[in-house]
Amino acid sequence: MKSARKPRTLAAPSTEKVRGKRQPAKTNPGAKLRLRARRWEADTLKRSLARLPERRARFVSDSGLEIKRLYTPLDLGKNDYLRDLGFPGEPPFTRGVQPTMYRSRLWTMRQYAGFGTARETNQRYRYLLKNGQTGLSVAFDLPTQIGYDSDHPLAEGEVGKVGVAVSTLQDAEELFRGIPLDKVSTSMTINSTAAVLLAMYIAVAEKQGVRTESLQGTIQNDILKEYAARGTYIYPPRQSMRVITDIFAFCRKRLPKFNPISISGYHIREAGSSAVQEAAFTIANGIAYVEAALASGMDVDSFASRLSFFFNAHNNFLEEVAKFRAARRLWAGIMRDRFKARDPKSCIMRFHAQTAGSTLTAQQPDNNVVRVAVQAMAAVLGGAQSLHTNSRDEALALPTEDSVHLALRTQQVIALESGIADTIDPLGGSYAVEALTDQIEAGALDYLRKIAALGGSVKAIEAGYMQSEIADSAYRHQREVESGARVVVGVNSFEIPEHPARPVLSVSPGVERLQRRKLAAFRKKRNQRRTMTALENIINTAGGTGNLVPPILEAVKAGATLGEISDALRKVFGEHREI
Amino acid sequence: MNEKKRKIRVLIAKPGLDGHDRGAKVVVRALRDAGMEVIYTGIRQTPEAIASAAVQEGVDFVGLSCLSGAHNNLFTRVVRLLRKKGAGDIIVFAGGIIPAPDIPKLKKAGVREIFPPGTSTRDIAQWVLQTAKEL
Repeated sequence: MKSARKPRTLAAPSTEKVRGKRQPAKTNPGAKLRLRARRWEADTLKRSLARLPERRARFVSDSGLEIKRLYTPLDLGKNDYLRDLGFPGEPPFTRGVQPTMYRSRLWTMRQYAGFGTARETNQRYRYLLKNGQTGLSVAFDLPTQIGYDSDHPLAEGEVGKVGVAVSTLQDAEELFRGIPLDKVSTSMTINSTAAVLLAMYIAVAEKQGVRTESLQGTIQNDILKEYAARGTYIYPPRQSMRVITDIFAFCRKRLPKFNPISISGYHIREAGSSAVQEAAFTIANGIAYVEAALASGMDVDSFASRLSFFFNAHNNFLEEVAKFRAARRLWAGIMRDRFKARDPKSCIMRFHAQTAGSTLTAQQPDNNVVRVAVQAMAAVLGGAQSLHTNSRDEALALPTEDSVHLALRTQQVIALESGIADTIDPLGGSYAVEALTDQIEAGALDYLRKIAALGGSVKAIEAGYMQSEIADSAYRHQREVESGARVVVGVNSFEIPEHPARPVLSVSPGVERLQRRKLAAFRKKRNQRRTMTALENIINTAGGTGNLVPPILEAVKAGATLGEISDALRKVFGEHREI
Repeated sequence: MNEKKRKIRVLIAKPGLDGHDRGAKVVVRALRDAGMEVIYTGIRQTPEAIASAAVQEGVDFVGLSCLSGAHNNLFTRVVRLLRKKGAGDIIVFAGGIIPAPDIPKLKKAGVREIFPPGTSTRDIAQWVLQTAKEL
């Protein structure tokens, strides 16, 4: 790994030469600066502190990194501009993945949305597109995410709640009705049932007359973080990894513009991790997917450029900007040095960002608008390729149309009024941001070494390592909030008596009844024989080594439901149980 | 409770398909730190499994957490099943993303207290200790 660069203590002086000898200030600018810095501390600063002490004894970031009073060129240590920062669109991509960044094309504004029936969600999508959103992001309900049809007993109470219910190809057609799939890119938060939803998407596109090759979008398809943090797993890890590499291979051939995975730190962070852990665990999972793809016989440069990532944009502004930059640099180094990628595109970390749902408060919910704006700015200054801004009412219920509208407008104001999108990586070169970028990179590397020592991500997750690290951080955070060491405005400071609740959106239980009826009618109408043959074919392929996506695509077209296809795979793969 | 010195026993459970268990896990630790014996079911439990576990473990309280919006259905099913098993004396409390209009309905259905987002774990522990006095 290139990143043999050692974690530097921030107080360390910049160059070796300075150490020890008192060189004449003239010949060494570093020495001169150090001298002046010491003088400032002893003089100006000391006098000021005597008069006006600082607010806290220690300032720390969300990740527990000590934040210094002042950063100067001395904090950049051995940082080498060309090696560590370089130019946008070139390795190590610290400053951004495209040569022009937002000067040519703004990030994709992509609001995660879905609730109730496919028809209702379709209306919300059209509303968002009409209002200037530039890509779709589908939220599926939990039964769809865990491979149960809407009429399964375990789906009771959950249908259409956290997302849209999609059990059949007919549901998928209604979801995208009137939306041209050759023009809009679609991101789908779907993991253990990703192959089924991808198949449905392809089938809908074909019915619209859109060529599969032209489809653009992303399926999340990141099972490792489901075991570690999010919980929508079905099959055991090894079998799940096989489905994922099948999807990689299928997409490479048939959907060259589609991202077959979005390696996600978002949920790891929401579950309570620190920024450093988020970057480290996501990259560790990324390494596991690359290894799995290589083991399945793929060449690194044939798929690596289509790997995409998904990060959280949290509150601690500078730390967040630094996190995105550090993650990009780390990944580039890993792809080049560890996986010997020859194509620079294979070393690019493109990522979607979403503001942090877990920072939103039920108290004084309008304050969330401000939190989201700050977080969104961090994502933009961190170089995100697409962004979701959360709605102010998400700690209360599903967001209303009004709130979603405001969240989208927040992005548009940042993009078109603030000016931060007009120059590339404007915080690059900030002594503080560069020092924090180095620190986060070093912290993440420590974790990557620990995970490697445990045998890699899959083993670390099976052993519960990531889970317990995340839970420890979450509990620490809660205690800090309760002790008042960490301020949450409106919750432990500046509280007011709360006003009556604002209107919230709720999903009617009628959705479940409607879905049941539709499913029954759908099953009656289809060609039973073709459906059963297709399901048999999935079982046979799962038992062998063939690629699972083609038989799943055939089953979807034949009329098999999401639940039936998932059950076919359950028969062969078994189910994962949490330890 | 006749044996006064026995530790309060609590089952924290995640009914339904929701995987958001950050809050549940934090509450587990906080109640343990407050001196209680706490069992955590893990995610994706059916109401049946939760009620059976509560009876089997002889707990005094069941704490339910749900952020998926399925709380009305799931919480009331847990209460109903506990009663059916003759364990209606087990006190049920809950947390998660519970919209305000649902709270009175859930309380009427037998959920004793609902702790919304932002609740301090100290308040939850305090409430459990206080409520345990009526056992």
